[in-house]
Amino acid sequence: MFCLIADHRISLGAFIIISNEMVAPDYCRITFSAPMIAQKAEPGQFCMIYMPSDQGFMLPRPFSILSASRTAGEISFFYKLVGRGTRILSQAKKGSKLKLMGPLGNSFPPVESGALLVAGGLGIAPLVFLISSVSVQFTLIYAARTAGELVSPLPGLLEPGENILPVTEDGSKGHCGNALDIAREYLPTTNILYACGPNVMLHSLAHICRSKGIQGWLSLEERMACGIGACRGCSVKTINGYNRVCHEGPVFSTGEVFLDA
Amino acid sequence: MHKPDLTIQLGKLILKSPVLAASGPLGSSLEYAELIQLEQFGAVIVKGISLEPWPGNPPPRLAETAAGMLNAIGLQNPGLDFFLESELPRLREFKTRIIVNIIGRNIDEYAETAAALDQQPGVEAIELNISCPNLKAGGMAFGADIHLTEKVVWTVRKKTCLPLLVKLTPNVTDIVSIARAAEDAGADVISLINTLGGMAIDIEKKQPVLGNIFGGLSGPAIMPVALKMVWQVSEAVCLPVLGMGGITSAEDAIQFILAGARAVAVGSGLFENPGLAGDINSGIKKYMARHSIGSLNELEGLARRGGL
Repeated sequence: MFCLIADHRISLGAFIIISNEMVAPDYCRITFSAPMIAQKAEPGQFCMIYMPSDQGFMLPRPFSILSASRTAGEISFFYKLVGRGTRILSQAKKGSKLKLMGPLGNSFPPVESGALLVAGGLGIAPLVFLISSVSVQFTLIYAARTAGELVSPLPGLLEPGENILPVTEDGSKGHCGNALDIAREYLPTTNILYACGPNVMLHSLAHICRSKGIQGWLSLEERMACGIGACRGCSVKTINGYNRVCHEGPVFSTGEVFLDA
Repeated sequence: MHKPDLTIQLGKLILKSPVLAASGPLGSSLEYAELIQLEQFGAVIVKGISLEPWPGNPPPRLAETAAGMLNAIGLQNPGLDFFLESELPRLREFKTRIIVNIIGRNIDEYAETAAALDQQPGVEAIELNISCPNLKAGGMAFGADIHLTEKVVWTVRKKTCLPLLVKLTPNVTDIVSIARAAEDAGADVISLINTLGGMAIDIEKKQPVLGNIFGGLSGPAIMPVALKMVWQVSEAVCLPVLGMGGITSAEDAIQFILAGARAVAVGSGLFENPGLAGDINSGIKKYMARHSIGSLNELEGLARRGGL
């Protein structure tokens, strides 16, 4: 089966796996030849990856797009082995096909000069895509619990430097602390924030941004079923009532979400 | 050799395919209309519409389980007015037959919603949802009680000339008596089953996965339960039965028809395979050709009559 959304915004079909490799223990990157998706993909968007049909899964899984090469027609995703689904995904062979649908959802606005980017764990994926074509000055905080979880999804991408700040909770690499500790130091000198990571981190960032009048953009994660806005399974509370992460999101402004306490 | 004909009659409705889109997973079906050909469905059943907009349940609303999934959307819907003004006109532009599922907090709301849909061009039937397990107000209180079922079906029946499907919950002691009550009160078609009540617990957080604690289980896990109930109900009532619950293939759909269903509906199976209805249509045609069967009437309830 191969279908296309009428205006060719979204593709659904089986695409060839170019590579599927472990970049660090428990962390993998999978790349597909999917020119139609790569052409359209914007930073912040995601795809649904369908597990092999003989594995008994009911639902496809949403993954943020890590990179999209328009010239090569390739798109990549970064994932961590956390359950049966991702284990099976990690066993998918180069040269075989998996069904994908995408690109889906909205995207981040372009990075402005002086921006602060905050990634918590796997939340690094959409931010890597976001900075891939950026020429303005920015600071990226990349936080994880330990050095082992502070994985660069692409080789050499996240070498510590003036504008890349690794942070670990146990201090095993980079600054010791959590993303918020470091973000608080940098927020007073920035006017725009882009972030993706655990909800508890995004929640705090949203509050800080609102109280300091900083414009912020947060990419949210939620369980999904349809991925195209039909089923209302991924709704989150926003200033406009329940909005769909797959459709109105995944990128929301800090003025829209995490409004409770 | 007969040429397989997939046409079926559901109440007054004559449909080109016995595969319908179940109420829920597709929402209004407007999003899916851009992804798949809606004509592959005999009809689409629009997700439950209430008199006023309903906000739905707090997230998380989904959890995948063994061979199935739990949902607790909470009947989030934009309300009758928005549906009539904004969604129905757009839906009419697609070549699809439209059935509207309706929900209410009380009998008056069901009646008012049904009455408002009665004269709407494009709306060909109403499915009365007296079975959603996710909200007390979602109708399960009606569908679990013989007298309330009779009362709500009777009241809505008087408000509309459209074919009336009544969707039943499996979360009852005796589904046959509920189906008979719906039949006596004037239903034209019995739809079954809605989801089975269930839950999941996150052992790391030590709390329920779903924001609503409880949800409705769908998917292949519930198909044997659904099949048994379709068998029981189609034996007990004279009305056609629209069978659903965990269908993910033509083979599954054929089992329902052999058990006594006139037609089937697919729901959460569409998440894994948005083209499922087309696959089922062609699978049923191949099966009919292989068994030299020209019309689906010949298959309906055949397993209950001892097979061929």
